[in-house]
Amino acid sequence: MDLAVVVNNFRFLIVQGFLGLGNFAGGTLRLAVPAIVLGFGLGIVIGLARLAGAPWIRVPAMMYVEFFRGVPLVMVIFWMWFIVPQLLQRPIPEFGVALTAFVVFEAAYFGEIVRAGVQSVARGQVEAATALGLSRASAMRFVILPQALRNMVPSLVTQMIVLFKDTSLASIIGYVDLTKAAQIVNNREIRPFELYLFIAVVYWACAYAMSRLARRLEHRPSYA
Amino acid sequence: MKYTFNWSVLWTGQSGHWLLQGVLTTLEISALAWILALGLGILFGALRTVPFRIPRAVGTFYVEFFRNVPLLVWMFFWYFGVPPLLPRAMQDWLFNHGAEFWAGMFALGVYHGARFSEVIRSGIQAIPRTQMEASVAMGLTVPQAYRLVILPIALRLIVPPLTNETLNLLKNSSVALTISVAELTFQTRQIETYTAKAIEALTAGTLIYLVLCVSIASVMGWVERRVAIPGLIVRTG
Repeated sequence: MDLAVVVNNFRFLIVQGFLGLGNFAGGTLRLAVPAIVLGFGLGIVIGLARLAGAPWIRVPAMMYVEFFRGVPLVMVIFWMWFIVPQLLQRPIPEFGVALTAFVVFEAAYFGEIVRAGVQSVARGQVEAATALGLSRASAMRFVILPQALRNMVPSLVTQMIVLFKDTSLASIIGYVDLTKAAQIVNNREIRPFELYLFIAVVYWACAYAMSRLARRLEHRPSYA
Repeated sequence: MKYTFNWSVLWTGQSGHWLLQGVLTTLEISALAWILALGLGILFGALRTVPFRIPRAVGTFYVEFFRNVPLLVWMFFWYFGVPPLLPRAMQDWLFNHGAEFWAGMFALGVYHGARFSEVIRSGIQAIPRTQMEASVAMGLTVPQAYRLVILPIALRLIVPPLTNETLNLLKNSSVALTISVAELTFQTRQIETYTAKAIEALTAGTLIYLVLCVSIASVMGWVERRVAIPGLIVRTG
């Protein structure tokens, strides 16, 4: 066990590989943060579409969710790697490919969380909103979603942790995240045990902190 | 879009053979990892609920440490990091017997074991406390109570979430391609490399995964109906 390899490459591993700061196409957080935001955004659309009355909206949304939940993320990443440049007729950087794959894939899981959250709001709330003269859209926006979001928080954070860990798979197509950075250092230094254990601890610290946060939010009283 | 489809690449040449090999390897690594994960899951899931502090702490440590690190990192760790620390003879044996397969299987099993533990723990906690109290009152020791009363009920309660986790395990076995285990995704990529027909190869791989998932889900659905305890488990949906 020789931790010098970690100390000597700390800047590269953490500043570039993990945070993604500087003129450098990489970084775990630089990929994870937009992937979480956009994936959740698309997830809201898909979750609400699954609850729509019209079958031509509901059925495609259901098929979307079932399809992506039945396919490995690695497969989706490879799909995007080949399909996106073909569709746009020009090469796409790894960041764009990985981001597209994560958003499209995780939206299926976020969609299920949103759907469960909306369904968890008591029926009387919808009926009361309708009785007060709110339109379906206003009732959703002002009554249902604010309560649903609060109910969803624990499972949302859990899914965010999953996505955060999944960003390590972007290294397969060459995106320089923390995992890839460790691989690069290892190719030069041949210290796999120390390097992979170190990045395991970094991932663990972040994921564990997020899961503690989730547990705290779970116990917070609801004001609805 | 300038792309000429040529679906025949999937059954000409070696592609068919590769896909079949890939499916078999995926099923093999998933099945072995599933057995390992279930064993670890029952052990540590039960430990997390026992009325003794130290075993509980051991269980919590295992779960929190292994499930909060990406599977890919575990694969690299078990495949590149650990073997150099083993005795020479063991290293030789491993690398003559498909080290990547065993490292991948172990990584997959240990990672999912932590997730199975959580499922099994919640199953045990769903059982009324009185079951445990009645067992102890009847003179069973705590290990006996777990083996004869608590676990048989808990394992039946958790079939639906276990199905979900089983499918996750199957899908996550694709991560083993990073340490060059020749499973389904790896073979799909190989066909793509040899034929330059990415969309055909990926379609084949994707459809096979969907079929595997649906098959496993229906087998587990059958198991769920078989082992359901009438009156205790209410099927929903």
